[in-house]
Amino acid sequence: MTQISVPWQPTQPVRYGLLSRPIVGVAVFIYRMAAPFVRRFPGPILIGAVVGVCLIVWLHALTYAYVDARILGAASVSADPAAAISWTSPGTWGLPPSTVAALIESAGGPAAAWSSILGYLLWPLQFSLTRDLLGLGGLFGLFNLIPIYTIWWERKVAGRIQSRLGPMRVGGWHGWSQSVADGIKLILKEDLIPDGADRILFRAAPYFALVPAGLAFLALPFGAAYVFRELDVALVFILGVLGIEVVGIIMAGWASNNKWSVYGAMREACQMVSYEIPMGMALLIPVVSVGSLSLSVIGEAQSEGWFSWLVFSNPFTFVAFVAYFIASLASCKRAPFDLPEAESELVAGFHTEYSGLRWAFFFFAEYAVMFIVGGLASILFLGGWNSPFPASWGASWSDGILMQGLKGLVFNGPIWFVAKCVFFLYVQIWLRWTLPRIRIDQVLYACVQVLLPLTMLLLLGNTLWVWASMSDSPAWAGVDRIVTYGLGLIGLAFALMFPAIAAYGFYFRRRLVGNLVQDAMPGS
Amino acid sequence: MPYANDVNNDLFLNRMIFNAMANSTHRTRAEGLGLRDAALIRCAQTFDHSRRLKPAAQGRAKIFPALDCLRWLNPVVGLVCLAVLVVWGPGASSVAAADTLASDVAGVTQAVPGGVLEALLFYLVAGTTVISSLGVCIAKNIVRMAVWLFVALGSVALLYLLLAANFLGAIQLLVYSGGTLVLLIFGIMLTSKSPWVRFEPHRLELLGAAVICGALLVGLCAALTGTTWHGMEEVMPGTSVAALGRRLLTVYLVPFEVAGVLLMIVMVGAAHLARQEK
Repeated sequence: MTQISVPWQPTQPVRYGLLSRPIVGVAVFIYRMAAPFVRRFPGPILIGAVVGVCLIVWLHALTYAYVDARILGAASVSADPAAAISWTSPGTWGLPPSTVAALIESAGGPAAAWSSILGYLLWPLQFSLTRDLLGLGGLFGLFNLIPIYTIWWERKVAGRIQSRLGPMRVGGWHGWSQSVADGIKLILKEDLIPDGADRILFRAAPYFALVPAGLAFLALPFGAAYVFRELDVALVFILGVLGIEVVGIIMAGWASNNKWSVYGAMREACQMVSYEIPMGMALLIPVVSVGSLSLSVIGEAQSEGWFSWLVFSNPFTFVAFVAYFIASLASCKRAPFDLPEAESELVAGFHTEYSGLRWAFFFFAEYAVMFIVGGLASILFLGGWNSPFPASWGASWSDGILMQGLKGLVFNGPIWFVAKCVFFLYVQIWLRWTLPRIRIDQVLYACVQVLLPLTMLLLLGNTLWVWASMSDSPAWAGVDRIVTYGLGLIGLAFALMFPAIAAYGFYFRRRLVGNLVQDAMPGS
Repeated sequence: MPYANDVNNDLFLNRMIFNAMANSTHRTRAEGLGLRDAALIRCAQTFDHSRRLKPAAQGRAKIFPALDCLRWLNPVVGLVCLAVLVVWGPGASSVAAADTLASDVAGVTQAVPGGVLEALLFYLVAGTTVISSLGVCIAKNIVRMAVWLFVALGSVALLYLLLAANFLGAIQLLVYSGGTLVLLIFGIMLTSKSPWVRFEPHRLELLGAAVICGALLVGLCAALTGTTWHGMEEVMPGTSVAALGRRLLTVYLVPFEVAGVLLMIVMVGAAHLARQEK
């Protein structure tokens, strides 16, 4: 007897959402406009984009400072107290543009010539609502850019590590728009929900993963003044929202009603239970050293150059940095802890059943969390937005606008923070394509039986060290100094070794990666 | 799986499959097959296993195509709503007090009178808390209950943030919404025998729960009516973590240590119970 079974579906006309056509149209239009230029001038465009973003951010800071000092400050000390009070109370429209223009004119400087136009332009900036919306827009853009370009970079690095090229075609220059093309594909893809799934939870789960990752950016400082909301408990807040992200992953795995997904979700739950406590313990160590939970305060405590960074403050923080980094790899599900989506065993783990944009949301969350985890590492241990040069060197510099910008570039500015985060992103990518995945019992063993006691000991040791440093004994101060400089020199050796090894690899690239890659590599 | 009992030659099967690819009745007729064959094919398709994967928007888009576009708005709306909640949540008084715009310039040390927005947020978050707490009680599926509980705990954290108790809010997020909930779902997953575990208590259990909850309700109402409520002007501006820690280690040292010892006992007891089987 023959069974008749038709294993495919009749072709149906593709239905797109009303918004997906225009979104894709705009993306393709931008791509078509940009591609020829990027193909011809990739280097200048890259450098120009970085410099442009820095300039825009700096311009924002300058404008805000100007509005605070010259307009709102002047309005508050003006003779008419009613004018100063009125703009804070609800229902009013603040200082009228004419008053703003008059204040700009009275402040003098080059801005006075344009006061009538600037009065209207700067008028919205007196409300914190406008500033919040601008800040949210900037953070939202960053939140989108990080996954798009980290995924492209990950594929390039993976290619190099595996002796192949990675994306090369889309966009011309080294497949720069591969992720954009992927995004278009994902928007147009069919949104499948298995019949046996818990539909509501299945649809909600990606947002439970995505939104917390975005929320963490609200409290993450990019510089001393570059923070969206200065929270006194920013560290705990960020750890809390990262914990919520895990709930989204577990929900996705459970709602799919698929055994691979449930395995992935259970592994994620198991892993979270084991890594979160060592991670929190390791993060408490710099908190004890500085005495604050505010990330801005912790960052500012390390402004005196390389040797003031908390990782070099004593042997305990030095080891705690390594412990934190290992636990943080587990927290963003990166290799060797990528058990929840172990592609070679569980199809795709918790997102086996997901497709289209919902699938992409998980990756947006993962890459954003990678950035945040790297940002926490750099703020808590590696000086945050401070450069290796002590800020006191610039104390004698003049206070003009250009010198301020130069200080931001040389001593402390968001560019240093972003550079450190990008470095951590690179290290995470590098480890993913280098290390094999470990088993779930090995994860539990490593986190609960090795990292947890280790971080507890480190916390105790660091607390004793801080306590000893509180006494004014000159002998202890000497020991402290010697240890700090010793650790700092070890760190310096590591930091110099990194480019040296990279240069070695680049010099001998023909021997290491073969002719195929060598022909297409830049500089060959 | 439906069978066609009278069909057992390969030639016919091949033709059926070809026609299913072409998939249209009149095409089938043009190939020389009768209506009966076309109906057989359709029958096979209807009950076929691959039907299980059906496009999500299929049914809805036919009825109301405009709904389909809302699907792409979901993430935007969700992100904006949650961002608004968190951004202006802590902004109630502590952030606004730290905001040089509000306090220094105007010379006003009190919270910004953000009346309407704050009240709106409060009712939104409080309403979410109530609805999701009801959801915990009403839902039958245990995982759904856990998700409702997650929403309830998260909105309580937002309430704390609205009250400028930043530390409490963040700890609530970290410990309850993050840690405890994950442990809870993990426990359900490990112990459940079927994919959709349902929670069906006995009637006597329901009665006992009702008695306890009623007593709790009466007690809470008594406490609510018996307390003298202070206005905003008497509240300290925000709570600092340092002050909280100092209090815990000086004035409230004994309760703090007792709680610690209690948790330690719980941990040792759990470990003991887990090891007993060996």
